[in-house]
Amino acid sequence: MSGHVAPKSMYYAVFAALIFGTALTVAVAFIDLGALNNVLMLGIAITKAALVVLFFMHVRWGTRLTWVVAASGFFWLLILFGLTMSDYLSRGWVPGTWR
Amino acid sequence: MPEGHSHYHPPPVAIHPAPAAEHPETHPWLQHHFDTMEQQAEASTLGMWVFLVTEIMFFGGLFMAYLVYRHASPQGFQEASHHLNIYWGAANTAILIVSSLTMALAVRSAQTSQARGTQVGWLLATMGFGLAFLGIKAIEYTDKFKDHIVPGPYFQWEGLYPKPAEQFYSLYFAMTGLHALHMIIGVGIMAVITFLAWRNTFDEEYYTPVEVAGLYWHFVDIVWIFLFPLLYLIGRHYHAG
Repeated sequence: MSGHVAPKSMYYAVFAALIFGTALTVAVAFIDLGALNNVLMLGIAITKAALVVLFFMHVRWGTRLTWVVAASGFFWLLILFGLTMSDYLSRGWVPGTWR
Repeated sequence: MPEGHSHYHPPPVAIHPAPAAEHPETHPWLQHHFDTMEQQAEASTLGMWVFLVTEIMFFGGLFMAYLVYRHASPQGFQEASHHLNIYWGAANTAILIVSSLTMALAVRSAQTSQARGTQVGWLLATMGFGLAFLGIKAIEYTDKFKDHIVPGPYFQWEGLYPKPAEQFYSLYFAMTGLHALHMIIGVGIMAVITFLAWRNTFDEEYYTPVEVAGLYWHFVDIVWIFLFPLLYLIGRHYHAG
């Protein structure tokens, strides 16, 4: 029994990418780019998380079932954020209501 | 169920056949309700992933609260975030990434039947970086207590947005506190795994506990990958006006 054995070089490459992402996100934070700051910050964080999930957590070589379960967690998170913010963001749109 | 109860009559030479292997050599760690080591490993991995999905929702509730309160007072959150020490935060991010690398290499060393010293070495390194992270977190928490920015009756805020700042620090302590608790549990899990590795438990045939503990460790790293920018970085380009 042995799952996919990835070469050590792959782990070091992913590690380098993660450290680079961290340095990049810190550097970008010092520059005022308006709303773009948030986009870049979250974009880098999501990319880093994806690298960890796919390579360190071996989902890239996982079964289809593992893919579905892992993806479902993030999908449900989007439902949580989406439905909640659809409320908070739309408050006050109708005159005479909240705010 | 005895074999050979059919109508088939074996030829005379086979009257005393060599005893068939009734149970092909099974691995000592194979539980009886699994057919193969692969099946067992797959079930364990899937189980861990299901647990991690519940963890995503667990932390997700706090991220949701963060989003709502930050949306209510973006400037207040930026001002509050400005007070966090970006260098401690960045150092801790790097430390956790290194610990994830050593964790991945620990799994790989078990997976490739390396000597127990190698496995134990990577695992101890992982625990060491985890403890370093917690140490830095303790320094940061101490500073917050000294500066009276721990939410509660003694909370003091010099800036323009004291109320959102208190909300920010409530979320800061809740989120990083829950994360630190996960780190402490993670170090405890690693201690058990290290002990098992020392007893020559893991090789290419059986390394599922290392793999599954690694999944947990990497997940906790991922939570921090999001906590770091959301808590430490949003106030860097903020100029108190």
